[in-house]
Amino acid sequence: MVTFSQQSSGKFLSTYRSDKWWFEPLWTGLGFLSFVAYTTWAMFQGDYYWWSGGQEGFGGYLSPFYSPLLFIKEAVVGSAPMDHSWFGSWPGWWPVLIPASPAILILAGPLSFRMTCYYYRKFYYRAYFMSPPACAVSGISQKNYKGETALLVFQNLHRYTLYIALGFVVILSYDGFLSLFRGGEFGIGIGSIILIINPILLAGYTFGCHAFRHLTGGNQDCFTCPNGKPTFRHMVWRGVSWLNSRHILWAWISMLWVAFADFYVRMVSSGRWIDINTWGF
Amino acid sequence: MALRNFKLFRGNQNEGTMEHYSVEVDKGMVVLDAIHHIQAEQAGDMALRWNCKAGKCGSCSVEINGKPKLSCMTRMNEYGPEETISVRPLQSFPVMKDLVSDVSWNYEQNKNITPFKPDPLKKGNYIMMQEDIDRVQEFRKCLECYLCQNVCHVLRDQRQKDKFIGPRFMIRLASLEMHPLDTADRIPDVKDTHGSGMCNITRCCTDVCPEHIQITDNGIIPLKERVVDRYYDPLLRLFYKLFRRKSPN
Ligand code: SF4
Ligand code: SF4
Ligand code: FES
Ligand code: FES
Repeated sequence: MVTFSQQSSGKFLSTYRSDKWWFEPLWTGLGFLSFVAYTTWAMFQGDYYWWSGGQEGFGGYLSPFYSPLLFIKEAVVGSAPMDHSWFGSWPGWWPVLIPASPAILILAGPLSFRMTCYYYRKFYYRAYFMSPPACAVSGISQKNYKGETALLVFQNLHRYTLYIALGFVVILSYDGFLSLFRGGEFGIGIGSIILIINPILLAGYTFGCHAFRHLTGGNQDCFTCPNGKPTFRHMVWRGVSWLNSRHILWAWISMLWVAFADFYVRMVSSGRWIDINTWGF
Repeated sequence: MALRNFKLFRGNQNEGTMEHYSVEVDKGMVVLDAIHHIQAEQAGDMALRWNCKAGKCGSCSVEINGKPKLSCMTRMNEYGPEETISVRPLQSFPVMKDLVSDVSWNYEQNKNITPFKPDPLKKGNYIMMQEDIDRVQEFRKCLECYLCQNVCHVLRDQRQKDKFIGPRFMIRLASLEMHPLDTADRIPDVKDTHGSGMCNITRCCTDVCPEHIQITDNGIIPLKERVVDRYYDPLLRLFYKLFRRKSPN
């Protein structure tokens, strides 16, 4: 006779589920890992992040991983002209052991936004922390589980990373605009399209953020006070809620696209791919 | 008609077995129908809870092939013709007998929630606009089937029943907190007594809810954000202090 025991007392990964419950944590886990691997690699390169077909003046393609350019190291292949730097040339005190890459200075911003995002938290708690690995599948049983009340209490600061991300939406939109010019001349190329789609996807992700939803109207108890008419905030909240209900989709597309945009600029800048455009170079 | 194999849990909290049954199943039947046939023809003493057979009363919650589900809303054709269907009682609550578990812990939790408290001055003039109803109405679809309470890993695996009230009651709290006519403040309780921080928003509750209530996105996360306003956002606190404004929640 098999004695029945409460499954919740079960060992790690024990479940009565007979379907492929491991599939979702597996693909999300591996998918995100490949993104992190590519981003880390691209971040350490420090070169081929800019392309303007050798033209001076306003315009060019800038990899979103490298924007904004706080400092620029001169005489690096595929680097941007110095007038694109916010604070001038590369600081002399920079440790030799760390590559002089402008991406290193800024990537923590968008990364902190994604890592504290309510959706990313769901997926990595499941895929990496196995807490739980899937629904009705036992995770690692902790004697004193604390959820997000102890070590993870910093997740409550997600809204601050949202403020940073909003800044990035503005900056990357400017980069999209910049990509429509080459040597001061207006035009369009495949790269411009890629770099314009990028901030749109990022905005779709950012404006659907739960913290943003709270800020726009979620913190209100009444949407029709004081005069019984729906307020402007209610309208904005509804728009944000629409994006929010598709947040997972925006999260993945915007993440893949930003990596693709970097890859595209890298390929064109290093001469491996030819950018089709109206400027003819 | 086709002969289908079942394994049903027979026993109680302390001991039990998965018993094998075969039963003729008609096209369009749900799992509850098949169990009723087994009960009628082969296992007259089997305990089983159900009521409406229409997915509205929330009584027939069980775990079918390991997944928390309403047995009256689970069609037989969800499973392959050769597949043995195993049915167990909810795992996070004590088993009373066979497929029936004792969910009374949940009723106790409900009593700990500060009830609806309308403004007495507005007595007789409680008007709500549709825009305000829409948001809280979603939570009122709850059947109290407790599938979400059952699947929540905080209660199920981590056994923190004394620290976390569970998803069903988080949405009840949300529906009261977001109610335009309510005047009570439950945010300190949401954080401390009810344990909003215990939930790590992994969304299993939302995944199993038969009413498709967006428990996590529309209930728990908005509550967590209100808790952040009150306890974890230094700038916001400074803002309200400097400008002497009352925080909206
Ligand atoms: S989202 Fe929170 S309440 Fe829902 S199942 Fe997960 S931990 Fe439990
Ligand atoms: S919220 Fe959904 S899953 Fe939870 S008790 Fe209500 S109907 Fe059932
Ligand atoms: S970005 Fe996903 S919740 Fe804020
Ligand atoms: S019997 Fe009422 S919900 Fe299934």
